[in-house]
Amino acid sequence: MTDQKYTAADYKSDQYVRWCPGCGDHAVVNTLQKAMAELGIAPHQIALISGIGCSSRLTYYMNTYGFHTIHGRATAIATGVKVARPDLTVWQVTGDGDCLAIGGNHFIHAVRRNIDLNILLLNNKIYGLTKGQYSPTSDKGAVTKSSPYGTVEEPFIPAELAFGARGNFFARTLDVDLVGSKEVMVAAGKHKGTSVVEVLQNCVIFNDKIHTYVTDKEIRADRTIFLRQGEKMLFGKENNKGLVMVGAELKAVTLNEGGYTIDDVLVHDATTPENFLHQRLAMMDGRSLPLALGVIRSVDAPTYDQEVVDQIESVQAKKRERTLRELLLSEETWEVK
Amino acid sequence: MVGTTKVKELENVVVRFSGDSGDGMQLAGNLFSNISAMLGDEISTFPDYPAEIRAPQGTLGGVSGFQVHIGKGVRTPGDQADVLVAMNPAALKTNVKFVKSGGVIIIDENSFQPNDLKKAAFMTDDPFKELDLGGMQIISVPITELVKAALADTELDNKAKLRCKNMFALGLVCWLFDRPVEEATHLLQNKFAKKPAIAEANTLVVNAGYNYGHNIHASVSTYRIETGDTVKGTYTDINGNRATALGLIAASEKSGRPLFLGSYPITPATDILHELAKRKDLGVKVVQAEDEIAGVCTAIGASFAGSLAATSTSGPGLALKSEAIGLAVMAELPLVIIDVQRGGPSTGLPTKTEQTDLLQALYGRNGESPVVVVAASTPTNCFDMAFYASKIALEHMTPVILLTDGFLGNGSSAWRIPEMNEYPDITPNFVTPELQEGYRPYKRNDETKVRYWALPGTEGFMHRLGGLEKDNRTSAISTDPSNHQMMTDIRQAKIDYIAQCIPDLKVEGDPDADLLVVGWGGTYGHICSAVGRMNADGKKVAHAHFNYINPLPKNTGDVLSKYKRIVVCELNNGQFASYLRSKEFVPHIDQFNKVQGQPFMVSELVECFTKLLEE
Repeated sequence: MTDQKYTAADYKSDQYVRWCPGCGDHAVVNTLQKAMAELGIAPHQIALISGIGCSSRLTYYMNTYGFHTIHGRATAIATGVKVARPDLTVWQVTGDGDCLAIGGNHFIHAVRRNIDLNILLLNNKIYGLTKGQYSPTSDKGAVTKSSPYGTVEEPFIPAELAFGARGNFFARTLDVDLVGSKEVMVAAGKHKGTSVVEVLQNCVIFNDKIHTYVTDKEIRADRTIFLRQGEKMLFGKENNKGLVMVGAELKAVTLNEGGYTIDDVLVHDATTPENFLHQRLAMMDGRSLPLALGVIRSVDAPTYDQEVVDQIESVQAKKRERTLRELLLSEETWEVK
Repeated sequence: MVGTTKVKELENVVVRFSGDSGDGMQLAGNLFSNISAMLGDEISTFPDYPAEIRAPQGTLGGVSGFQVHIGKGVRTPGDQADVLVAMNPAALKTNVKFVKSGGVIIIDENSFQPNDLKKAAFMTDDPFKELDLGGMQIISVPITELVKAALADTELDNKAKLRCKNMFALGLVCWLFDRPVEEATHLLQNKFAKKPAIAEANTLVVNAGYNYGHNIHASVSTYRIETGDTVKGTYTDINGNRATALGLIAASEKSGRPLFLGSYPITPATDILHELAKRKDLGVKVVQAEDEIAGVCTAIGASFAGSLAATSTSGPGLALKSEAIGLAVMAELPLVIIDVQRGGPSTGLPTKTEQTDLLQALYGRNGESPVVVVAASTPTNCFDMAFYASKIALEHMTPVILLTDGFLGNGSSAWRIPEMNEYPDITPNFVTPELQEGYRPYKRNDETKVRYWALPGTEGFMHRLGGLEKDNRTSAISTDPSNHQMMTDIRQAKIDYIAQCIPDLKVEGDPDADLLVVGWGGTYGHICSAVGRMNADGKKVAHAHFNYINPLPKNTGDVLSKYKRIVVCELNNGQFASYLRSKEFVPHIDQFNKVQGQPFMVSELVECFTKLLEE
């Protein structure tokens, strides 16, 4: 990558970064700057939209056009930016509360419409900026300031919601995995349509170590699997474990044990329009089956913003009137002399 | 029905078409008003829909009406009708209250059978006696039979034939008012250009209706209507919602900014969404959003990206949009919010008209959050006010709320298609290359306080906006107390400055009036008619009408201080009156208020003003 036009520094603003020391967001902003440099889109061609929450402050730290908006509405605002200006590359940074609680409606509709947005969903399973209430992704029973006896509600699994809204791109990464994060951000940037990237991010103050059951270096290789297009679904410290299909269920096996060989291991194909297997992979929770990372689904489909442009062009091709006055004079009128 | 035809000469006349909501009364009324407009009449029309889309046929809940006012000095659809067309007993029953005493009522006698009367909850078999229609002139015509006879030789099935009944009524009314039936034929051929059989059938029936009137010489008054002095030009018929949509398009053409609408369907504003969705031919982008909040938020995004961005809604939707409007105030982005007001609170009276959102528009946001508020006064004025709302938004980098209402939105009148050079240029305060050194997004013009607009995609002007308070100098996030005070004052000063850019308040009517009638927005036609009627009687009354509400025209204080007595008339409990009272310059004012979901009646205004003059 020596012929890059831009470096990460080109995307860095002059603002002092105010996240807590040790917050996972620091890694995300640095990785995003590197990913943007790799994608090579000029900083002035990028619009970065965010809502409210710790993660949404990220906008201020990027030297692009940026808009730090209101709670939950970034997706709708980003939609307006992209539909009005398809020439801009639009990124959105959001958190689990911003995106899936107050902004849940906008999120599912953006995904359904397949607007060409790159949505970074920083999931720390807690409200940080309001100092520690449970979020829609908090595990059932989570004890927080607003659930002193534990929550009594089931969480959303972002991937399941994205697939339920007929999403075409979903990737997952860990804040601590800088290489993997950059890889999926670049893939999201290249994908045309709504790209949802879930970053499992640690809130060091209010929900510390919530993701360590998969992020911990000692166990990460055994509890996660990084999926890559066209590659065998292998994982584990020794890379000797694989995913196989038994009936309609996924199963984790050790190669050359129980009669399983490399030939039985599934090959990842993120591009199949049918999302059954993508959904099964995304629902693996890092306990009985490894948590899936990487680009789980990436399917090309028409984007809303481009279809709007196409529709305008096809209507205009059939009609001569180009100004309001021409239009009005072509309709039912009468003269007063 | 024997007798001679008396011919009445009238300045203007009101006709109300009524029937089942599927009877095509709106089409009949529209054609009638268009034919009249082609003759040079001024026109004003208003539909009266039932709340249900299709209530059971023949029942009171399913009646829809369409009122047409034609002639000279026409400014409203008229208080009461000279002629009522009632296609069934239910229509007669619900509409008879809108007919002048001694007026003409045309009924389809084939639809007045015992079963029809029962559906309309009549207790006896004589609906006329039951409704006490002694003084009315009733023309009872077997419309259904005559329509079937007229179409006997056509291929249409029975149902399609009966759908032409509205055209028989139209033909009859055309005869009654000496309107050329050939114009109706011409309009029908255009309307049904793609369905020649339907065009042919409708033409046969409209002529049958006309000839029927002619042949029976119905013993009722026929009318000759004086033609108004209209300005020369090319005209079309337009309702307020369409005029609003087209005003935005005109502003887009003038400013060179592409038009974007983010909207969510809501009565009675949805026709703005419909019209702009059609206008792909003119390059308009429309997002039908997932909710009201997304409607305004997509518009804010489009504005950030450099569009002329608008959102259309009604009262409940405006409530949902308020937080986002505050963001546009803080980010200082241009945005046009159109509120087609309806009866409230809550879901209220969705199909009825009110002016009850004024204070919501002025103050319905958290924080010190000034926005520009303007109001349209007639259906065609919606075009102008949408244009000027856009101009202010783009040139002053602010949200502008345009208040119209259900009466204006659905009401229509003849509109001279303007040349675009009749409207001023729109010049947003864009950044220029020499501003690049040390550019900050909240850098502003010293005099107007308008910040410089840098569109995404422009090299060298990358910046961050947001809902958090920003430092006046650096545009970085700031919680500094004195800075917040300063920014609050600047945002207010920016809006106040706009008073320098809007027209002065004008006074119509008697220059030495003892009473000044003040109105705003959609009540213009009714107040103007009432004041005109009183002036004609030598009463000293004048009328000042506000299109610009925040800021107020700069001569407002001078105008109001000249009058001993002022009455503010509005379709709410006194919102504009209390707003005026909050300003230092206003002397004592009286109020005349009505919250019935209906426009004013000219007669009730005359009565009110007369009383005030006598006091």
